Amino acid sequence: MSTETSIISTGPSTGGAQGTSAPPVGVLHRSAAPGRNPGDAVFKYLTLAFAGVVFLFVFLMAYEMYRGSSLSIEKFGWSFLTGTVWDPVQEQYGALPFIVGTLLSSVMALVVALPLSIGVAIFLAELAPRWLERPLSFMIELLAAIPSIVYGLWGVFVLVPFLRTGVEPFLIRKFGSVPFFHGVPFGFGLAAAALILAIMVIPIITSISRDVLRSIPRAQREAAYALGATPWETTRIVLSASKSGIFGATLLGLGRAIGETMAVTMVIGNRPEIPHSIFDPAYSMASVIANEFTEATSDMYISSLIEIALILFAVTVVLNGAARLIVWGVTRRFASS
Amino acid sequence: MKYFFAPIIAVLVLLTVTGAVGQMKLNGAGATFPYVIYSKWFDLYHQNTGIEFNYQSIGSGGGIKQVIEGTVDFGASDAPMTDDQLKQAADKQGSEILHIPTVMGAVVVSYNLPGVGQGLKLSPDVLAGIFLGEITGWNDAKIKAINPDRTLPDLAIIVVHRSDGSGTTSIYTDYLSKVSKTWADKVGKGTSVNWPVGLGAKGNEGVAGMLKQSEGSIGYVELAYAVKNSLMYANLQNKAGKFVDATFDAVSTAAAGSIAAMPADLRVSITNADGDGAYPISGFTWLLIYKSGKDHDKAKEIQKFLTWAMTDGQKYAKDLYYAPLPKEVISLCRKKIASIETK
Repeated sequence: MSTETSIISTGPSTGGAQGTSAPPVGVLHRSAAPGRNPGDAVFKYLTLAFAGVVFLFVFLMAYEMYRGSSLSIEKFGWSFLTGTVWDPVQEQYGALPFIVGTLLSSVMALVVALPLSIGVAIFLAELAPRWLERPLSFMIELLAAIPSIVYGLWGVFVLVPFLRTGVEPFLIRKFGSVPFFHGVPFGFGLAAAALILAIMVIPIITSISRDVLRSIPRAQREAAYALGATPWETTRIVLSASKSGIFGATLLGLGRAIGETMAVTMVIGNRPEIPHSIFDPAYSMASVIANEFTEATSDMYISSLIEIALILFAVTVVLNGAARLIVWGVTRRFASS
Repeated sequence: MKYFFAPIIAVLVLLTVTGAVGQMKLNGAGATFPYVIYSKWFDLYHQNTGIEFNYQSIGSGGGIKQVIEGTVDFGASDAPMTDDQLKQAADKQGSEILHIPTVMGAVVVSYNLPGVGQGLKLSPDVLAGIFLGEITGWNDAKIKAINPDRTLPDLAIIVVHRSDGSGTTSIYTDYLSKVSKTWADKVGKGTSVNWPVGLGAKGNEGVAGMLKQSEGSIGYVELAYAVKNSLMYANLQNKAGKFVDATFDAVSTAAAGSIAAMPADLRVSITNADGDGAYPISGFTWLLIYKSGKDHDKAKEIQKFLTWAMTDGQKYAKDLYYAPLPKEVISLCRKKIASIETK
């Protein structure tokens, strides 16, 4: 067992052993002579400095946004978070419609994307034959590589007309009396944004979930089969072991959905009002910044837009932090076995 | 390998040197609406004189900001600077800012109504009613009353507006504020406003796209986008009570009709202008120039360029769907241009 792991670790660390008589491969260890070469120390601190720059960036960004939004924070205080009027003419700003629009569209996207993604991930990790698994994985990763403007255009020219003529009138007729299903079938609106976002987050959730499922030791599956479990029962055992990892993947997908700008603004209808139905037009935080920043002239206007950026930043930092922690926790648990 | 970078460095050095001894470069930033004609002008002017312009169409708001901060040689805006902004610029840059109108644009009211052709008649009353959300159906009696010869479909009205801040919105809401007191009190004018109803779309192309997608929709776009996307647009009733099509002549007539009311600094809105043939929703776009800039060589070149733009430059406007300035305005502009301090 020990020789096996040490072979794996030889790759990146051979540099440190230069000049010494070549030991037999397989006994090389990471600890082989660190610090003996002054270049190593320089290298170490240099990379440390680079890593520090990342922290500095995050800190500076947060600080700059806080400073930039000081005018609006001073004037509106906490009521900025609960205000529902966005009126640049009267200089009255409230961010609630944008916060609600962002969260609703993202959560609705997850509701659609999550079952699909987990299904695909299970198929890829557990059931797919090799000849199908490779091209399918490739296709999923390809979905993640498509620029969001392309999704947006597809949304405007294909998805929205389809929703307006095919789906929404039918749903409104059938479920119009149910809350959140009434309204006018514009096509543009929360539902369109959520569907576009769902397609965009599927590759993220799928590929991470697949990796999480694969990280479950083979022994567990073999044990389950040995006890007479069916493939379905085995998959359930594997799934329950990877719950927190999949949760982390979901949060990463949510983070992606919350920050998405272009595709959302093209289909969401850009109406700063709290939607009462899934067909109502809404607005998102990222979209309003992208839309209004260039022509924002007054200081208070700009300051309010920057405060929205600050809120968006805070939401994303919290979500991504949580996701990383959870994914890290799950991989560490199995790395030890 | 050792000499791999040598040719690249040589080229870079050469570029820097030729750049230094070559003609000067003038930097500008601002409005996106006139970008098409400005880039045409700058390109032609560069070919003729060797003077190079670098124009960044970052939006009117950004252009005004950069003029105040002094990071550009000139700015451009679809909405004139406010008194407060002018004062800031005077404090920071020690110069008066001149507003020089360059061309005019028309904003048309486009609609998507199957079976209804070009030139539906709309009065200020009806238009404000639609955008306030008071008129909600195309078969409303008020619309029928001014279009007795047309059969209007029984469709709900879907209002489409710009979601991004824009000079087009500024001109359009300026017009609505002039013709409707309710609009002025409730909504007002600006590059972005709190729309009572409707869907927002990004950019002229976004509004044009949304109009094409949705039956029963109505929205405002720059004339060029309506023509290029073959959208139908309305004949609007002007101040004199006549229904007018958005032609270049009608726009120029509107500018000429506003001459009498033209203030000395040329910061004027020409929406809802006087004159029988005047199209009511149009506006100037301005270049923002330092009257007493620090660099006199640059001031001299800008002065020459503006003179060219007022004469030869105007010829290119119509092909690019801008209305050229009428003679009266050009003569006012040339006086302003002459007042730029070059010594």
